[in-house]
Amino acid sequence: MPAFHVSVPDAILPFLPTPTIPGPAMSTSAEPPAIEARGLERVYNVKPAPVTALAGIDLDVAPGEFFGILGPNGAGKTTLIKILTTLLLPTAGTARIFGFDVAHDVKKIRRIMNMVAGGEQSGYGILTAREQLWMFSQFYGLPRKDGWRRVDELIEAVGLTEQALQRVSTLSTGQRQKMNFARGLLNDPWIFFLDEPTLGLDVAAARSVRELIVAWKAAVPGRTVTLTTHYMAEADELCDRIAIVDHGRILAIGTPAELKHRVQRESIFRIELDRLHGGTATLDRIPGVVSAAPAAAEGGPVDRQTVAVNLVLETDAILGSVVAALSARGSNILALRKSEPSLEDVFVELVGRGFDDTDDDGQNDDRSPPARRDDDADGPAAAGDRADAETEAEYA
Amino acid sequence: MAAFVYRPTASPQEAANWSPRQVLETDLRTIGGRAYPRVTGMMREKSWLFFEILLPFLATSAFVFVYRALEAPPEYIGFVVLGGAMTAFWLNVIWMMASQLYWEKSQGNLELYFAAPMSITMVLFGMALGGIVMSSTRAVVVLIVATTVFGVTFSVEQWGLLIAVFVLTLAALYGFGMVLASLFLMWGREAFHMTQLFTEPVYFVSGLNFPVARLGFVGALAIGTIPLAVGLDAMRQLAFAGVEFPVGTPPPEVEVLILVAMTVVFLAIARWTLAVLERMARREGRLSVRWQ
Repeated sequence: MPAFHVSVPDAILPFLPTPTIPGPAMSTSAEPPAIEARGLERVYNVKPAPVTALAGIDLDVAPGEFFGILGPNGAGKTTLIKILTTLLLPTAGTARIFGFDVAHDVKKIRRIMNMVAGGEQSGYGILTAREQLWMFSQFYGLPRKDGWRRVDELIEAVGLTEQALQRVSTLSTGQRQKMNFARGLLNDPWIFFLDEPTLGLDVAAARSVRELIVAWKAAVPGRTVTLTTHYMAEADELCDRIAIVDHGRILAIGTPAELKHRVQRESIFRIELDRLHGGTATLDRIPGVVSAAPAAAEGGPVDRQTVAVNLVLETDAILGSVVAALSARGSNILALRKSEPSLEDVFVELVGRGFDDTDDDGQNDDRSPPARRDDDADGPAAAGDRADAETEAEYA
Repeated sequence: MAAFVYRPTASPQEAANWSPRQVLETDLRTIGGRAYPRVTGMMREKSWLFFEILLPFLATSAFVFVYRALEAPPEYIGFVVLGGAMTAFWLNVIWMMASQLYWEKSQGNLELYFAAPMSITMVLFGMALGGIVMSSTRAVVVLIVATTVFGVTFSVEQWGLLIAVFVLTLAALYGFGMVLASLFLMWGREAFHMTQLFTEPVYFVSGLNFPVARLGFVGALAIGTIPLAVGLDAMRQLAFAGVEFPVGTPPPEVEVLILVAMTVVFLAIARWTLAVLERMARREGRLSVRWQ
């Protein structure tokens, strides 16, 4: 896979236009967007310096869309979710959920949405999973018997039937997250916010949770899901569109394919042949071929008779001409693979570093304290946040 | 999966607009829902039988033996037993009710409560109801055991008023607990330290083990500020009718009015502080999230 490490210095990020691409036409009616945010800002007033978590977010999510918010720790994802779920007020700007203002129509929004966060340990360990879910059903106004029935249906749907009468304190992390997922569906939300829902889960449990999310969304048209994650493959797999955020800004927004296209406008193929008379120069001369170069061996020892070539084409359509030319020269194609850039490549191009790279804010998870705890007003996390604040100051 | 195709409303706008009846029903269900873990926990964890019945009984017994050794009037044994029974409610309020929101925050529940459509006040009502059910059981057991063991005889002439005083005492006490819950959430660990600091002094001025009027001005002050003090004093007057009490104690009818005023004031303050808390939580982002 080619590497696309085009670096964009942090200092110029504020000058990049914030893209606002309307959501895809998932809803044919004139109903308001599932999410509409304009100039959303959030500053935490903490000592020794304010921390800017969101620095002007413009966003439109259509009803029925599976929308991803992708970014590293400390990017502002959780802050954005908290504002959209009415748990936090924006410092500036507006946000609406299905036309309801997050600042003023709080109760209305809470009736039509629900949320599940990764690593959630909510509830009471002394209750069984079934009882805990029933308790939450009461908070959403389900009649007593309807609540029990709905809980039983959801327990079955998420695959927790065997654990239904087990105390919450004895559930595994994966089972607990399934229970949280069931809790989030009790009121059948019109918009479902998932904040790092697979955080801390093993591979099988994470896959199971993802399958549940997809199954629930697909069951009824019009359901909207907003997912924050820093797992790029998860965003790529699940989301119709993705916003890549960093330092409280949306750096890019679009479908996974559109985002990848940003870093790879040409089509790149790796082709393995039994022979290639005339070398790669013969391919270079084909119209539409940008470049053809011998490829390095991949994996184990390569058969001496095998020739591997990296082809960069203007479009996929050129591949036909290449295959025809190779055939005319007596070359047999042994393997052909298209190289796709990953979302990480997109992120690297946008911010000049990878998700896992540690920089001035790399240790700052916006699930961790911006700067203050009840029992400790300062600490390692606060130091990270100060660095974050300094970076924000540089932007300003 | 039937659960996933469930769709009770036709549009988000329809789903968001609740009738006043829906709002009321949800709030009432919330009370029941939140009381459920308390009551279920009591049934499931039997350790409270030891810690919250045997230990209060032993503490009550100690006072009984002291009064007997001092040859105090026999009705003082009844005062102590009644005080011992009411201790269950006081402990429940200052140690469980008051710290409940703080604990809910640290568990991550508070954020989910704020994100749900019901009134957060109803969650506190649910906690209070669960606490009352739990503590009533303990109080009744202590009362029965201590009465039987020490041969206490009650003399009640106004049952209706006694029951009204008991109910109003609980209402005022748990209203006070709801106020404390908000304050604990705002002050965090400082509030725990303050509770520890004030536990014994409040026990003393509440007159848990003797008629509060014995304290003179301080007793009168306690009757005007501490729900347990005024409720207990009124209940003693009503449960031991005919006993001559130290001067300075208002009659039960006046104490009922004090309890009514306390209930109204504490519930109003609790509702107000919760509204302030939610505004703070949304504005500063510090209260609903466990690390903030």
